[in-house]
Amino acid sequence: MTAYRLSSGGLVNRSRPLSFSFDGRQMNGLEGDTLAAALLANDQLLVGRSFKYHRPRGILTAGSAEPNALVTIGRDGRTEPNTRATVAELYQGMTAVSQNRWPSLKYDIASVNSLISPFLGAGFYYKTFMWPSAFWEKLYEPLIRRAAGLGKAVMQTDPDRYEKAWAHCDLLVIGSGPAGLMAALTAARAGLRVILADEGFRLGGSLLSERLSIGGVAADAFVHETLQELQTFENVTLMPRTTVFGWYDDNVFGALEKVQKHVAMPSSELPVERLWRIAAKRAILATGAEERPLVFGGNDKPGVMMAGAMRSYLNRHGVVAGQRVAVFTNGGSGYRTAMDLTAEGVEIAAIIDTRNAAPDVAPKGVRVIHGGSVLATKGKYRISGLIADRGGLDELISCDSLALSGGWSPIIHLACQRGARPVWSDEKQAFMAPTVGGELEIAGSAAGVDSVYGCLADGASKARTVIASLGHTTHGADIPEVEGEYDPSFNAIWHVPGAKDKAFVDFQNDVHSKDLGLALREGFGHPEHAKRYTTSGMATDQGKLGNVNAAGIMAGMRGVSPAAVGTTTFRPFYTPVSFGALAGTARSKHAQPVRESPLHGWAKKNGATFVEAGLWYRSAWFARGTEKTWRESVDREVLNVRSNVGLCDVSTLGKIEISGKDAAEFLNRLYSNAFLKLPVGRARYGLMLREDGMVFDDGTTSRLSENHFFLTTTTAMAGEVMTHMEFCAQTFWPQLDVRFVSSSDQWAQMAIAGPKARLVLEQVVEDNISDAAFPFMTASEVMLKGGLKARLFRISFSGELAYELAVPAGYGEAVADALMEAGKAHGICAYGVEALNVLRIEKGHVTHSELDGRTTPDDVGLGRMVSTQKPDFIGKRLSTRFGLTAADRVQLIGLKPVDASKEIRAGAHLLKEGAKPSTANDQGHVSSACFSPVLGHSIALAFLKSGRERIGEKVVVWDGLRGDEVVAEVCSPVFVDPDNKKLQG
Amino acid sequence: MASLITCPHCGTRPKEEFTIRGSASVTRPAPAAPDDEWHRYVYVRDNERGRISEYWHHAAGCRRWLIVDRSNITHEVFSVTDAASAAKEVAR
Repeated sequence: MTAYRLSSGGLVNRSRPLSFSFDGRQMNGLEGDTLAAALLANDQLLVGRSFKYHRPRGILTAGSAEPNALVTIGRDGRTEPNTRATVAELYQGMTAVSQNRWPSLKYDIASVNSLISPFLGAGFYYKTFMWPSAFWEKLYEPLIRRAAGLGKAVMQTDPDRYEKAWAHCDLLVIGSGPAGLMAALTAARAGLRVILADEGFRLGGSLLSERLSIGGVAADAFVHETLQELQTFENVTLMPRTTVFGWYDDNVFGALEKVQKHVAMPSSELPVERLWRIAAKRAILATGAEERPLVFGGNDKPGVMMAGAMRSYLNRHGVVAGQRVAVFTNGGSGYRTAMDLTAEGVEIAAIIDTRNAAPDVAPKGVRVIHGGSVLATKGKYRISGLIADRGGLDELISCDSLALSGGWSPIIHLACQRGARPVWSDEKQAFMAPTVGGELEIAGSAAGVDSVYGCLADGASKARTVIASLGHTTHGADIPEVEGEYDPSFNAIWHVPGAKDKAFVDFQNDVHSKDLGLALREGFGHPEHAKRYTTSGMATDQGKLGNVNAAGIMAGMRGVSPAAVGTTTFRPFYTPVSFGALAGTARSKHAQPVRESPLHGWAKKNGATFVEAGLWYRSAWFARGTEKTWRESVDREVLNVRSNVGLCDVSTLGKIEISGKDAAEFLNRLYSNAFLKLPVGRARYGLMLREDGMVFDDGTTSRLSENHFFLTTTTAMAGEVMTHMEFCAQTFWPQLDVRFVSSSDQWAQMAIAGPKARLVLEQVVEDNISDAAFPFMTASEVMLKGGLKARLFRISFSGELAYELAVPAGYGEAVADALMEAGKAHGICAYGVEALNVLRIEKGHVTHSELDGRTTPDDVGLGRMVSTQKPDFIGKRLSTRFGLTAADRVQLIGLKPVDASKEIRAGAHLLKEGAKPSTANDQGHVSSACFSPVLGHSIALAFLKSGRERIGEKVVVWDGLRGDEVVAEVCSPVFVDPDNKKLQG
Repeated sequence: MASLITCPHCGTRPKEEFTIRGSASVTRPAPAAPDDEWHRYVYVRDNERGRISEYWHHAAGCRRWLIVDRSNITHEVFSVTDAASAAKEVAR
């Protein structure tokens, strides 16, 4: 046992010592300790440096409000910065290191900031690092970030798993102190489905830290008995290590369960953290109260600790904070700490009480200074004494630690997270929860109840309200007697005058009382302004300790009640939530899954290089033999399609089956061109507009029978088109008899293109597909040799004699193999989307590079596809408006470089010869460009103002991004086979 | 915004299953309606405060378009109905 660990007592397992390291030093703790308790037991008071002044800081609290004791726990990918030592559950082999110090915790160079602190007041950064503005990004910001910082995240990948889950219950009880336990027990007995959640690793809340007897047994024994009974109910779920961090609409709560943060080597079978969404019919907020610090000179030094926290370390962990403890209090809590410490033989230097008279009884023989205050503390890494003010006289009192109590603030964050503001109570001298309706009841000291008995009774009472509101009946509601209570009432005091050192309001952000005065004087007196100006209430603790004192100080300076000052806004999360938990399983490929075409395997074995297109992996080109660059492969594929035949996977196109007796009418209203009279067995190219008249998507749609159509979309717009069709069918024309379903994943679809396409297909298809029997734009079901039904479409994107063959997805690879085998004698090759792109640019066919949401059908040369005959279709009305029909709109044209060795690249802008590049001189832009292996030079599709009138003109293709200029001739966008002879025959 | 939406076809579901298109208080004008009416329909929306009615798509559920009548102040949801029924009602 160390000098600070008692030889007995506490809720720790003395037969299970745990070794851990802090800043490389080996230490020992006990099972049941927090890291903070173990550090205290090892006389390690100094645990961090403050944010701005780099002052030495110790452990202030024993809970989640801790502003000082932030450490980095774990190694490599498991490193977790900014962990509060006061809630970190100790485990064998834990490695913890301190933060915000260099080179070491004890010798921190930046602590010179303390010496220049008169220049580092609130708003210092805003005022000083303003000019010259160019210095901000390069110099000021990196400098400030290095000097004032929290822990550092690591770059290694987190090896652990995280997950998300939903839970549903009748009653969620938040907090397992006296009110929460009684509420859960009462509700459980009534048969409600109950979840009891608590951030602590051991349920029981404040009852684990107080010396009380409840129902004739010690408080922790009462907790144990109650939990044992709760465990017998099938309708009860106990969730320790679970922080309910947010209250959302419809009484859905967010909670973070730390499943395996307390083990050195997490099992891969379980997540380390689980993010819960709990849909609760009712909830009871039993989160207790937070003890307030007192704002006096030197209140931040190691050795100064909240009185309640000191009791917690003593009673729960058997750890004393010092050997000679002084107490500074404005209420009963300080006396209670003195009493508990005295019982363990710890010397009390003095109780300094801000009140002139107090009902509280001090331990026998302990000196009480009434109407006193603390002006300063002595010592650096552990206080050695304090200067007390005793009726105008300064007195040095030696002590090695100081217990602090400034009263209590109910923990009401969750109740204020949906917009309701806290309400100031003069009686309680605290901000209380607003009335938020019956879905969330506030119970116990969170509702301002003082006594433990009162909390037990209030928990039971609030549970009865819930039980009745859900139509259940309460069974058994005896409240056990409590012995050994103390009166925690206090006289609020916001700051102690006469401070001889900085008096901190917000420990984490180094905001002291003078900063608030400055904020007020400079016009930032509103709490939301003061927060941003001084940083009071920012960062990981969000002012859990300091905010109420800040409000009180501001109120005092303005001469108003804290009610008139108010608070900052309470928002989720109550305590920090890791990014890992928020991401859950959605990491790497789980965040962006790979979508493979049914022909992926075929493409792979034919040597495809894949390119990501959304979630899809599409085959881009198929390298052969000695080909070293992608261009070599693409050029070969293009020339082979133009002279022989090629096979391309087009399965990623969106496919929608449409049926119903009004299917044709529906399509007629959906597309800008006519579909009503499309004959059965024919395909038609269709254009969909948006209601504003711009092109939305294009594709071919075939009529397979009178009331059955098969529609294709582009790969990118498959989802959007489906959603658009559903909206049109359901909200515009619900009277139409039409149904549709996406079949994108049901079909493997391949394009067979080239002069020899029919020769290849004929070997696979039973049906007669001669030009007479199966002319251009035929769409029909066919039978493949071997008896497989398929769909064959004679359509062409490449401009060649071409077909698209669709077979059920599972047969895709076998059919593609058969086609490749049949095509061998005809020189067939596989071609990818790069070659597909070259083929279509050579033919002037558009894709979403051209249909970019800003172009009309006429802009892309498809003006004839906008029906003037149809009474209505989506986009009809606005496609004729002024502006969309103006003569100087950009129009799709082709470009070829005057010097055939030059390259035109997509994204470049067009200028008249001799014009300076400027927005005013902009003539349009290049939308698609490629090297045409057929023509032997670079070609491009571009949008040029009044372009179709300017064929033959020379323009400058200006590529500002790459610093490149090329003179090009404007030409028709159809570079190859302008009369479409190759399609026929 | 509500955390849970009760779809008339699927029951109570988390809001992440839905996508929101926008106000359902506008009606697609007749083809021959004046320019101004079409302009307002396509481009102009009130930034309404209070009780609003919106088109929600149960994209990860039944794929039906719904009309959600809710308050963007209190986040209370007053009703969730199938948009087709409402459209049929108007057409009648």
